[in-house]
Amino acid sequence: MSEYQIIVFSLFTLFAPLVGFLVTIFWGKKFKSMYLFEVAVITLVLLASIAVMVVKLGYLTDTKIVSEFAWISLGNLPVLGEFNLTLGIMIDNITVIMMFVVSLISTLVHYYSIAYMKGDKRYNRYFAYLGIFTFSMMGIVLTHNILMMYIFWELVGLSSYLLIGFWYEKKSASDAGKKAFIVNRIGDVGMFAGIMMLFITYHTFTFDTIFENISNGILPFNSDFWLTITGLLLFCGAIGKSAQFPLHVWLPDAMEGPTPVSALIHAATMVAAGVYLVARIFVMLTGDALLIIAVVGALSALIPATIALTQNDIKKVLAYSTISQLGYMILALGVGSFVYGFFHLITHAFFKAGLFLGSGSVIHSMHHEQDIQKMGALRKKMPITYVTFVLFSIAIAGVPLTSGFLSKDGILAGTYAFGLLTGQWIFAIVGFLVAMMTAFYMFRLVILTFHGEPRDPHKFEHAHESPLLMTIPLIILASLSVFVFYTANPVDAEGGWFLSKWVKTPETVVPQSARYSFMVSDAETITHQEKVVHSISYSEALHHAHMPAIFLSLFLAGLGILTAFLFYQWKKLNADKLVANIKPLYNFSYNKWYIDELYEATFLAFTMGLSNLLAWFDQKIVDGIVNGTATVTRFFSRFIGGFDTIVVDGLVNLFAYMSGMLGLILRKLQLGKVQAYIVLVIFSLVILVFLFTNLQL
Amino acid sequence: MDNTLLTSYLLIVPLFGALFLIFFPKKSDTAVKYFGLLISLVTFLVSLNLYLEFDQTSSEFQLVDKFMWIENLNISYFVGVDGISMLLVLLTTFLTPLTLFSTWGSIKHKVKEFTFFMLILEVGMLGVFVSLDLFLFYIFWEAMLIPMYFIIGIWGGKRRIYASVKFFIYTMAGSLLMLVAIIWLAVYASEPLGVFTTNLLELYKVGPTVPQTIQNYMFLAFALSFAIKVPLFPLHTWLPDAHVEAPTAGSVILAGVLLKMGTYGLLRFCLPLFPQASINFAPLFSILAVVGIIYGALVAMVQTDMKKLVAYSSVSHLGFVVLGIFALTTESMQGAVIQMVNHGLSTGALFLLVGFIYERTHTREIADYGGIAKIVPVYSAALLIASLSSIGLPGLNGFVGEFLILLGSFKSQVLNSWVYTIFAASGVIFAAVYMLWMYQRVVFGEVKHDRLHSLKDMTASEIAIIIPIFIFIVWIGVYPSTFLGLTESASEAIVKQVLSFSTNVIK
Repeated sequence: MSEYQIIVFSLFTLFAPLVGFLVTIFWGKKFKSMYLFEVAVITLVLLASIAVMVVKLGYLTDTKIVSEFAWISLGNLPVLGEFNLTLGIMIDNITVIMMFVVSLISTLVHYYSIAYMKGDKRYNRYFAYLGIFTFSMMGIVLTHNILMMYIFWELVGLSSYLLIGFWYEKKSASDAGKKAFIVNRIGDVGMFAGIMMLFITYHTFTFDTIFENISNGILPFNSDFWLTITGLLLFCGAIGKSAQFPLHVWLPDAMEGPTPVSALIHAATMVAAGVYLVARIFVMLTGDALLIIAVVGALSALIPATIALTQNDIKKVLAYSTISQLGYMILALGVGSFVYGFFHLITHAFFKAGLFLGSGSVIHSMHHEQDIQKMGALRKKMPITYVTFVLFSIAIAGVPLTSGFLSKDGILAGTYAFGLLTGQWIFAIVGFLVAMMTAFYMFRLVILTFHGEPRDPHKFEHAHESPLLMTIPLIILASLSVFVFYTANPVDAEGGWFLSKWVKTPETVVPQSARYSFMVSDAETITHQEKVVHSISYSEALHHAHMPAIFLSLFLAGLGILTAFLFYQWKKLNADKLVANIKPLYNFSYNKWYIDELYEATFLAFTMGLSNLLAWFDQKIVDGIVNGTATVTRFFSRFIGGFDTIVVDGLVNLFAYMSGMLGLILRKLQLGKVQAYIVLVIFSLVILVFLFTNLQL
Repeated sequence: MDNTLLTSYLLIVPLFGALFLIFFPKKSDTAVKYFGLLISLVTFLVSLNLYLEFDQTSSEFQLVDKFMWIENLNISYFVGVDGISMLLVLLTTFLTPLTLFSTWGSIKHKVKEFTFFMLILEVGMLGVFVSLDLFLFYIFWEAMLIPMYFIIGIWGGKRRIYASVKFFIYTMAGSLLMLVAIIWLAVYASEPLGVFTTNLLELYKVGPTVPQTIQNYMFLAFALSFAIKVPLFPLHTWLPDAHVEAPTAGSVILAGVLLKMGTYGLLRFCLPLFPQASINFAPLFSILAVVGIIYGALVAMVQTDMKKLVAYSSVSHLGFVVLGIFALTTESMQGAVIQMVNHGLSTGALFLLVGFIYERTHTREIADYGGIAKIVPVYSAALLIASLSSIGLPGLNGFVGEFLILLGSFKSQVLNSWVYTIFAASGVIFAAVYMLWMYQRVVFGEVKHDRLHSLKDMTASEIAIIIPIFIFIVWIGVYPSTFLGLTESASEAIVKQVLSFSTNVIK
């Protein structure tokens, strides 16, 4: 397969789902089985992306394939120079791995949904939406410039909106869809501002050109500070899409969507897009920016983990867990541990998709019951779901031999090394704390769902293992959660093919002065097995960190699992008693830190209040002035009108009246006798003559 | 300059069509309908022909026709197009037949009069876009008010008289100062030019030489009239009333084309005639534009009447256009022009869709709907596309315009501050809020009112009306070059003309 063919295949994986969407949406009404077209398309997409991945990773490991064509061309502009927007795709190792992950999970979810969504009124439309989602997600993965990424970014938001609100009859579902769209938009505006900063500085949207310029010392407003700001603005997009604190509130609500959708979009792929964005722009992030990103990641890892401890809705637990794990990835990138951040993105995609599909299997068999307090003992009824679910859980908890262990351990080692280098241990502390909480809440979930006695015997009676269409995807995902796919060494991924050959930390292009101190010196940068390591001190620190991190994380994960068993399986500890003792803390966690309420009381109330005020203002004041002007004018006209009738016309009438009066008086002179007239004439003549003569003098 | 008459046919066809219509017998409504549609379609073909003859690479006015009209005053009938007016002409001739067709079901009395006024209106609108003589322009500008006045006043809703009078007087009041300014300018120009003239191209040369203080007054006299038409905050309150009371066809034309005359006027007359004053006032107008963006969006959010909501969203969207014009960069100017078209398409589609459902239920209150997705799926899908286009979703038209405007205003030297862009960008969030909220309340949820169950989905003819609009919504969104290429050199020329006088202002 040549580069050209790789491009063609990649374009196929991009546009085929779009075709699938269009065909299914337009002919779905007519043909009941139209969804099969979409399923077939997505299967082909999977095959194509496997082919691309194998060839790219196997034979073209170190080549970057780029292909572009013109989109908007404004020609040569004054001041700005050429203004040409190109559409283009860029294929490197990260791209093909993401392509594979997206198409695989998408395909599995398609097949799974055939069974899960059976009997739904809008069956075909559901598959069409999955198609447009896959198209947009592939777009994000493949594009070589930030503007196109933004465009697909929004399209992903649209498909998420449609799928969350798929059961729109429920108000909560349509509310959740709207909330997701709007909250994401808030982050996107920041990202948009960042994109504009890049464009006015570099006159291009293409990643590579931008990075090249930065490494040549061209910075926004010629300052490190503005480079930091630009990076953080772009990161705003990731905060929204990857549901990071403080914009995480939409993700738990998004669980209103069908469960396979939660697996595909709100666990594995779309929410990972934010992390993917940060990975893409990683090289241009300054030390300050990375530090803030790490803080956001740490908060997003910690807060949702504390919330997940007390939730009773199976999907809500998983949703908060997703935010927390995404926080991990962001944290990893923030402390400079690029490879593990990305690695965790991949491993998490598989096991979290698995967990959601597993929960879907449970919900399906429990007739849409989602409360784990009403479950229990399901392992007897659903052995395949149970076994895979446990596998996913130990993966996320970080038990050895799983993929999750490898990636999470790498992240923890990264935070530990960061502590060694900078003395800031807070990230490591949060990281380990979250590891323990994760182990606890996951096993609380497993035990309450699958172990013990059935707490709702009636629903338990009817529970059954899900059909093969649903369990086979679980098995595939479970097998991908085992270490062997990534490395031969079950405790350290460092030397494995995934991290040593395929994914490498790219070299930062940020000026020396703005990097993390441990990324600074060029002299210290070493190339080790073709892998660019930040600096000797960093790799040494990582080396030192590795062992303590492994032991500490193993200990804490074990402690978390053990505590879960003590509370819920063996009942050695009484959970209710504990809850009673720490009621305020429990409530705080159970009510999700009251963050939704806080937003409602502040931003929402403010906006609505302002809107109402302005609407009133518009009607009464702005329009009031207009109408007032009209009223005043009318009043004035009436006054003028009155003046006209009374004064002006009155004068006229007065004249007429007076003339009339004069006429009446003068009439008296008209006696009708000739003699009298003659006397009058003579009299007048005398007066005239008198006047004339006098005037003459 | 040969008089090819190609541009003039644009005016001649609907004008003679309208005059011919008068001779139709009273009871021939069907014939009238077909004839009106035919005339408007022919006009569309004329404009397409014009487009084919048009040379996109040139920034000059093309296909001009010039005849001496009033010899004593040296006023001529002088028309022609550049890229910007070409695009707006196409928008007008494209929307008019669709609008006329959409009224076939809804306008039942006085069909002949209605069609007559619509055609006259089209003449007026096209005349405004192609006039190259200020006097001629002013005549079209005022003449257009009359058919619109009757369309709202005769076929409108309950408060139609109030709305139509308000519309008429408000816009008329603004225009008077413009007339004064036109006369003053022509008199002033007669000295350097040696002859009294209202020829726009001649006045372009003289305008910039007007002393600064007087130029400021002149600019304001023109701009006031345009700002009312746009409408720019706080001169917008005639718009919601006019929209709500106007029949669907009136709203579509009002939003689709009439409002664009205000913004067109700004960039065709205010900017090139008074460049120094334009730069002077650019911050003021940009502030008003940004206030309008946010204000319109926030007020739209709490409207309970669908048409009113869309009307206020127009205030918000047109704010983007004005911002784009006064940012005075080529991108933002391009963005402003494409945004005019976008707004015409997406708001036009929204008004049509609201009109369709109003004809069935006779209510526009959002609260009277709910859960109609199940009952009228095609309608719901169409409303979603129109809403998303209005929100500015990438891949649809709205995004391209907003993107170029924000980009241009961000790097604008005239505004020289990002505050405008940042606040304007927040309007993008609010747009999502009010549109999606309305969509949710109308379309999603359980069916709230029993009578909604008998709602009929879109008919074939309704679909036929909306599909052409959607084609362009997607076309502009996916491949905007077709349209941007048309307006490129003209936008560039305007920006250049303004900025070439700016050296002493910007430093």
